[in-house]
Parts: sequence; C-alpha cells; structure tokens
Amino acid sequence: MTIEVRNLVKKFGSFAALDGVDLKVNDGELLALLGPSGSGKTTLLRIIAGLDWPDAGEVSFNGEDALAQGARERHVGFVFQHYALFRHMSVFENVAFGLRVQPRAVRKDEVAIRARVKELLDLVQLDWLADRYPSQLSGGQRQRIALARALAIEPRILLLDEPFGALDAKVRKELRKWLRSLHHEINVTSIFVTHDQEEALEVANRVVVMDKGRIEQIGSPADVYDNPATAFVHGFIGESIVLPVEIDNGAVRLGDRLLNLMADGIAPGTSKLFVRRHDMLVRPSGSGAFEGAVQHVRNFGPVQRAEVALWGGETIEIDAPRDKELRAGDTIGLEPRRYRIFAGA
Amino acid sequence: MTMQIADSVSLSAPDARARAHAAAARDNLRTEPRAVRIVIIALAVLFLSVFVVLPLVVVFAQAFSKGILAYFAALAEPEALAAIKLTLLVAAISVGLNLVFGLVAAWAIAKFEFPGKTFLITLIDLPFSVSPVISGLVFVLLFGAQGYFGSWLRDHDIQILFAVPGIALATTFVTFPFVARALIPLMQEQGTQEEEAAISLGASGLQTFFRVTLPNIKWGVLYGVLLCNARAMGEFGAVSVVSGHIRGETNTMPLLVEILYNEYQFVAAFAIASLLAMLALITLIAKTVLERHLDEGHDASDH
Repeated sequence: MTIEVRNLVKKFGSFAALDGVDLKVNDGELLALLGPSGSGKTTLLRIIAGLDWPDAGEVSFNGEDALAQGARERHVGFVFQHYALFRHMSVFENVAFGLRVQPRAVRKDEVAIRARVKELLDLVQLDWLADRYPSQLSGGQRQRIALARALAIEPRILLLDEPFGALDAKVRKELRKWLRSLHHEINVTSIFVTHDQEEALEVANRVVVMDKGRIEQIGSPADVYDNPATAFVHGFIGESIVLPVEIDNGAVRLGDRLLNLMADGIAPGTSKLFVRRHDMLVRPSGSGAFEGAVQHVRNFGPVQRAEVALWGGETIEIDAPRDKELRAGDTIGLEPRRYRIFAGA
Repeated sequence: MTMQIADSVSLSAPDARARAHAAAARDNLRTEPRAVRIVIIALAVLFLSVFVVLPLVVVFAQAFSKGILAYFAALAEPEALAAIKLTLLVAAISVGLNLVFGLVAAWAIAKFEFPGKTFLITLIDLPFSVSPVISGLVFVLLFGAQGYFGSWLRDHDIQILFAVPGIALATTFVTFPFVARALIPLMQEQGTQEEEAAISLGASGLQTFFRVTLPNIKWGVLYGVLLCNARAMGEFGAVSVVSGHIRGETNTMPLLVEILYNEYQFVAAFAIASLLAMLALITLIAKTVLERHLDEGHDASDH
C-alpha cells in the first residue's frame, strides 16, 4: 500500500499544526516521522488514520481518496502512545476486538477468531498473558498487546504514535530491534512517530524530519545525518557545534578572526556554521582553521570531551579520540573535517 | 566471664526501654494527648447519636409503637399503597429520563470541545443550587392555569399540574445533576483514546458505545442512578408545590407522611417514614459497595 499526502494543512485555532505537507510513502516501507513536540508529526499520523480531518489537502491510499472514508473504513492499524487498551477486557478480548466487531457477513466464527488471536499473541511472544487484564501488564507488554490488537484486522497500513515513548531506556532498545524484525516479517507499510532521533535513525528505512508543521527533510538515516538539508535538521539530529559567522565575498569570519574555510554560494551576511563535535579535529597550535585554549577536559566513554575557548569569541565542546593528549591550558588548532554553513542568523 | 554476660543482658533491657520511650515520644509529636483524643471522639459519637442514630431509632420505634400488626395495617391502607405506587412510578420515570439525559450531557462535556461548555456544566448544577420549592413554582408558572402554556394545555385537555406528569417533571428537574455529576469526571479522566482505538479497529458508533464506553463507566452510572433514585423518592419541596395533595391520587410517600402526621396518625405516618428510612439505609450500603468498585476502576487506569 502506498500513501500519498498532498499539501496538507491543519490548524488548531491560529496555530498551524500542519502547514502544507507533501509526502509519499512507498509500499512496505518503515518510515519514521521525527521532530520536536509541536512539529505536527502526530497530527499527520492521526489524519492518515482518519482520527483527525485536515482543513485542506489530500490523502490517498494506492491512489484512492482516503479522506472520503472514515477511520472505520480505512483499515488502518493504529497503536496509541499510551496504548489505549480496553481496560475492562482481558488481553485475549483486546486482541479479538477488531475481529468481533466485524459485520456479521464477514465475521469469522469463534474457532477461527480464537486461532487468529492465538497466532497474534504468539507473534508478539505473549501468548501466556491471554487471561490477564491490561492493568496487570508492564509497559512493554502493553505495547506489544496494542500492536497485536492493531494487527488483528490485517491492516493495510500500520501507524504507531510514539511507540516507545512511555518505556524505560532498556525496554525501549529491545522493542526497537523487535519492531524492525517484526516489520521485516509482516512487511506492512508502516509509519511511526518519534521525537527520539536515535530511534528514528536506527529503526526506519527512511526518516522524515518535521518542524513547525513543515517537512524539513526526507531521506535515509545516513542521508539526514550526513547531509542535513537545513540548519534545523543539522541542529536537531546529532550533536552539533553552532557558530555565528559573517560571510563576506566568500570569506568566513568568526568575530575578528578570518577562518580558512569555503563558503561558496552562501549569501553575504550573518550565517551559521555547523560542525559535528567529532568532526572537529585537533591540530598543533598555529595550523587549522580555528585556534583556541583548552578550558577543561572530561574523559568518559570512547572519547574525551574538551571545552575550547576559540580566538574570536565563542566557547565550544569537541569530542576528540582518547589517545590525543589534551590538557587544560593548552593552546590548540582545530580543523573541521566537514562542515556546513547555512545563511541567516 | 559470668559478670560480663550478666552485664550485657542488663544492658540490653534499658536499651529496649529507651527505644520504646523514644518511639512513644515520636508518637506524641504526631498525635494529640490521650485526653484530647477521647474528648474529640466522644463529641463526634455524641453528635452522630443525637442527630443521626436517634432520629432513625425514633422513626422505627414510633412505627412499631402499636405493634407489628398496626404497622402492616397502616401500610396496607389504600391511601398508603397509592402513595407507594406513585412514588415508585415517579422515581422510575425520573431516573429513566435522567439516565438518558445525564449520559448524553456527560458524553458531550467529556468527549467534545465546544463553545459554552463551562456554561453548560454550571447549568447542570442549577437544580442543586435552587430551592426545590422554587423549582416546583417554575412548573406552576409554566403549566398552571395562568401559566405560559396553561390555556393551550386546557384547550387540548392535557393535565400536567396536579397529576403524574407534573410530579414526574418536578422530580426529574430536581434530580437531574446526579447522573451527569457522577459521570463527567469519570469520562473526562478516561478520555477518548479507547473510543478512537475501537473505531480504528472497525467498530461502529453503537458497538463502541456498548462495548467500550459503557463498560468503562458502568459503576459510575449505577452510582448516579442510586443517588438519583434516593433523592427522587424522597423529594418533598418541589413535588409538594406541583402535586395538589389529592388524597390517593397525587400524594407521594413524603407528602403522605406530612399529611398523616398533621392528622395525628403517628403510626401510619412513621410506618411510611420507616420505608423511606430503609430506602436510605439500603442506598447507603449500596453506595459504599459502588464506591469501592469505582476506586478500583480509578486504580486500574493509573497503571
């Protein structure tokens, strides 16, 4: 099932939750909608599911107008952020719900329903919880039951709203891997919403980065990380050093210091220079685009993090390999391995 | 050696005592002195006895003062039976109507956003804040002979005031808030996610209501119905204004109690009153049971 969204607009009062969104989701894809809270990603998901209606724009499934159908007819599996399991039903009945409410003409008989529910509970590896109630389950178990319930109706599309948002870090990591292998197994076109970049980059085939109701960039995880299209994406994904620079005839200036960097095609004026922390390489003093004094160094994990006060103002944090010896008080040169300059303050 | 053992034993005893003292001191910090506690508890018990238990005992004592046969004879009077029947009928009508209205109002308030919502919530409480007598008078003003609809009703030969419809209307008005009040906070807390989940799983509106919404609020509904029923059967003021006190026809149980009492028929008056008192006791017990179920519902939603 392909999903196509064209020029979607949704306003809540004067706040534009979606401000002209275009998106095409390929068949069988696992797509992440990534953005800070308030970026419109959940609204987009709810409109695709039919739980909200846009003020303008189109949504189509396999070329068919989806907005002509209600949520009930769309056959979309939706997994809610807080699971929304039916609290008065057992796990078994929760999963069976979608099968039991089908019109009499197409409804399966009791034996077939039981077999299907069993199959789904096996799929999410929780068949031993069939008689429990949602309040007796852990967060991760609830999440998987919610997924089994959504899959019961054999959805054409699977939508997940912050699927791991309410779980602790360890469970979250396990479920991430599990979701990816599950998607590989069932191969339903799936979209999940997250504000966690690591989650999006690790699980999805493609990532859609959103901000303020607009799509900033669509690309593979490697693409959005290595070639951020906008200043927002560079700042939001990965840890970046951001420096305010002046562009003047292709020359880059930080305060009163001229930097030996290229700024081809960037309009003159105040701009922002982005460098990943680990892309700032330490050089002997006097060489490298930047020069600065090490303020202090913290050693942990695979890298050492150093705070450096640059000539020309601004203090930055860099990640350097541990074998490079840095001491507070040293004067060092710094050379960005790769960098991006985005026009505008 | 023996000395040492003896020492260590004798040391441990004062040690334990000291600890007990310390614990007592901590307790004293947290609670009032024993005398104050006794006085406060005695006051509470005295107050409850005089104002709650004593009247209840008096009701039953008076009802049975001429023996158990006189008690049942009083209840078997046609006038008494008519009053009991009318009270049950009026309660059934008003509880039924308020169940529907209350559900609809709570549904609208809890699940949708619309302008004037706060105003509507305030309006629902109006019957609680207006004196029941005024509520009754409103219906007299509307449906009475000189009222707004009075002449139209007379032309079409429809009797509302001084008849069952008037009593049912007044009772329904006075008891309207109970069901809605019980359900609004419950439904607001539960939100709309389960309903959304049901619809996205292919359930129709009715299926969603009967399979998801209603089971989630059933204890709240019963709670509201219980309180609504208790008030409907016991309502005096509003009913008194619209009833017309026609003996054997428009007298409900509370009205009949007053009439019999004024006629010095104490056994009959208190026999009817004892029925109302029993209703109150049963309501109280049922309420306690329901509240426990409601708490469980809240707990389950917390996890």
